[in-house]
Amino acid sequence: MSQPHRAAVLNLYKTLLFLGREWPQGYDLFRKRLHKVFTKNSGETDPEKIATMLKHGGYVVKEIEALYKLKKYRTMKRRYYDDNK
Amino acid sequence: MSRVLVGVKRVIDYAVKVRVKPDKSGVVTDGVKHSMNPFDEIAVEEAVRMKEKKLASEVIAVSCGPTQAQETLRTALAMGADRAIHVEVAGAQYETLQPLHVAKILAKLSQDEKADIVIVGKQAIDDDSNQTAQMTAALLDWPQGTFASKVEKSDSGLTVTREIDGGLEVIKTKLPAVLSADLRLNEPRYATLPNIMKAKKKPLKKVTPKDLGVDIAPRIKVVSVEDPPVRQAGSIVPDVDTLVAKLKESGHV
Repeated sequence: MSQPHRAAVLNLYKTLLFLGREWPQGYDLFRKRLHKVFTKNSGETDPEKIATMLKHGGYVVKEIEALYKLKKYRTMKRRYYDDNK
Repeated sequence: MSRVLVGVKRVIDYAVKVRVKPDKSGVVTDGVKHSMNPFDEIAVEEAVRMKEKKLASEVIAVSCGPTQAQETLRTALAMGADRAIHVEVAGAQYETLQPLHVAKILAKLSQDEKADIVIVGKQAIDDDSNQTAQMTAALLDWPQGTFASKVEKSDSGLTVTREIDGGLEVIKTKLPAVLSADLRLNEPRYATLPNIMKAKKKPLKKVTPKDLGVDIAPRIKVVSVEDPPVRQAGSIVPDVDTLVAKLKESGHV
């Protein structure tokens, strides 16, 4: 890992782990998969490629947040609003 | 500029399958994941947005419950509340804590803190009482905008769009007022890890109902808590004639 991106990569990993605690199929599965992806790309040395991957990571974070929000909203809607219609 | 008081409740997480205790006195809460009531998240979000739009000067989150209620308050702080008040009600007392008590506590706190707007979730997903906002408004003798799906500032107060059966109702209220958040009011933000860390530095005050002069002796006794009826299994019919015969038998045709 090239040094300039080190902090950003660690930060992304921590953020994703934090999000994984609420993963519907369980934290363990999420953590294993996440670890695998990070290990797979750990040999990458090209700073530009790392930057692209970080960007993708940020996108994944947003997607997971959106997924949780939608899941909660839909559950609430089904539980409290759909019966009357 | 007004000060906003938000009520938040720690409830069993919405994704957890709730189990009734064998003695029918309640539901199993030990070792079960808890989180902030989803409707309260919407209430916090609305208060924080008011602050971001410079309509509110300060957002205060309040929660009544055992020590773990502080985790819920931290989430509210991470979402953007400025400070928190934890009203400590522990153990057996918490099990018999009812909306009336919470309303009295909120009413007292909003006077003490000189709040202009009180926002709560329309109901909690555990007891589904849907009483706290209404009772708080009554105790304070403030106007109420319940089931709000849109809140706007107008010259002398607030314009609140309410979700009612079969449509929407738009009302105008003066300030101070009590609001309760409906599902479509907004999309609550996610409490991110850095924000949760920062929230640990925000002030959290602990009080007891006794300090506030609120009597929390139960007014209602829970007689029994039971599982909803299980849906009966369907059956596969071999051909159309049997289906028609069965439908006739049950009076559908």
